[in-house]
Amino acid sequence: MKMLKLPLSEEEISQLHAGDSVMLSGTIYTARDCAHKRLFDLLDKNEQLPFDLNGALIYYAGPCPAPKGKACGSCGPTTSARMNSFAPRLLDAGLGGMIGKGEMSRETVESIKRNKKVYFAAIGGAGAIYGNAVKKSDCIAFPELLSEAIHQLQVENFPLVVAIDCYGKSIYENDKN
Amino acid sequence: MKTVSTQTISDCVYRLALKASGTLTDSCRTALQDSEQKETGAARFALATVLENEKCAIAEQMPVCQDTGMCVVLLEIGQEVHLTGAPLKDAVDDGVRRAYRDGLFRKSICDPLTRINTGDNTPAHLHTEIVKGDKISVTVLPKGFGSENMSKLYMLTPAEGKTGIVNAIVDTVRIAGSRPCPPVYVGVGIGGAFDSCAFLAKKALTREVGSRNHRKDVAEIELEALEKINALEIGAQGFGGKTTAIGVSCEIAPTHIAGLPVAVNIQCHCVRCEKEILL
Repeated sequence: MKMLKLPLSEEEISQLHAGDSVMLSGTIYTARDCAHKRLFDLLDKNEQLPFDLNGALIYYAGPCPAPKGKACGSCGPTTSARMNSFAPRLLDAGLGGMIGKGEMSRETVESIKRNKKVYFAAIGGAGAIYGNAVKKSDCIAFPELLSEAIHQLQVENFPLVVAIDCYGKSIYENDKN
Repeated sequence: MKTVSTQTISDCVYRLALKASGTLTDSCRTALQDSEQKETGAARFALATVLENEKCAIAEQMPVCQDTGMCVVLLEIGQEVHLTGAPLKDAVDDGVRRAYRDGLFRKSICDPLTRINTGDNTPAHLHTEIVKGDKISVTVLPKGFGSENMSKLYMLTPAEGKTGIVNAIVDTVRIAGSRPCPPVYVGVGIGGAFDSCAFLAKKALTREVGSRNHRKDVAEIELEALEKINALEIGAQGFGGKTTAIGVSCEIAPTHIAGLPVAVNIQCHCVRCEKEILL
C-alpha cells in the first residue's frame, strides 16, 4: 500500500500503475455534473476559476450534509463516465487528475496519457469511510448547487486504487464493452 | 372498514427512510460477504471496503452511501382501509422530507431541465396499489442513480422468448460495465406494458437478494441470467473477478399477444430497503 501526499510530483505519478492500492492525503476539490458546467462557462469567458487548476485533483462527489462535530457527511465517489465530456479539456488546462468510480472514455484515457496525469478509483458505496476521512471541508464556489457545489476538502488516508495511470493503462481493460 | 390517519403512514415512511439509508439489507450483506471470499486483488479490496464501510456508517451514524437516492415508496393499501387526514401524497412527501432532514441525507431531487434542486428530496417516488384486506404494507427503497442510469427497457418480440429475455438482462449489465457500482442486484420485469413492465423491475428489487420467483420457469431465467452475468468478469467496481452480480430477481405479469416487454432495473451493491406492515 503506497502512502501519497498531495500535490503529486511528476516522479510520483510516473511510479503509479493501474491496479496499485494507495492511501491519499492532502487537498482535493469536489465537482460533479453541474459544477463542471459552471467551470466550463468560466473557461469559455476567460474568467478566473474558483481554484487553481494547476496540479489540482478533482473528486467526482457530492457529499451528504455534515453531522455535528464532523467536517463532512457521507462522501463516496459518483460515476466518472458522466464527466467524460469535461475531463480532457480540464486536463489539458493543467488539472492534476481525478478521483471517481468506473471506466472513462478512450478520449479521457488519451488525455491522461498525453498530460501524464492519473485517475484514481474510490470505492463506490463506501461513503461513510470517505466522509470520515475528510478532516476539513469548505464550500469555495456555487453554494446554490447545494451538494453539487465545489468543496475544498482536506483528506487523510483516502483508500484508492490507481484506475488509469500516466501510461494510459486502465484497470477496466477487461471490460467487455 | 378500518380508519387510518395518513399521519400514521407519514410517520412510518419517516421511520423506514431514516433506517434504510444507514444499513445494507441482511440478504445483501450476506451476499457481499460470500463474494468477498471468492475474490482476490483489487476486487477483494473493494468488497472488503464496502463491508467495512457499513460498520463505519453504523458507528458514525452516517448513511452508507452519499447517494441516499430518490426515495421510492411502495404502498399496498387494503381496500377495507379508509384514509383520513392530509392527502396521501402530501403525507408521504412529508415523511420523506423529515427523514432526509433529520438523517442528514443528501437532497438529490431536481428539475430535469433547470436542474434546480427541490431542496428536501421530495417528491417521493410513490406507487400505490389497492389490495384485499385491511392492512397497509409500506416499503421504502432509497434508489441511487448511478445504477438507475444504467437500466434499460426492451420491447422484444414473442419469438425471442426466454433466450431473448436472458440476453437482454446480460446485455444491460455488460453495457453498464463498471459504472453502476458492481456487483449489482438486477431487478427484471417480464411482461405487462411499457410502463408496468418497468414497475415490475423496480418491485423485483424489493425482494431479498438470492430469493427465487415461485414460478419455476421464471426462477430458471433468474439463475441462468445470474450465471451468464458472472461470466462477464466485470467484477466488483469493474476491477475484474467472479462477482459482477449478487442476484437477479424477476417479476412477471401477463402481456399482449404481440409483445414481450423486458425491463432491467440495475441496483448497486448497496441494497437499502425497509418494510413494515401497518396492522
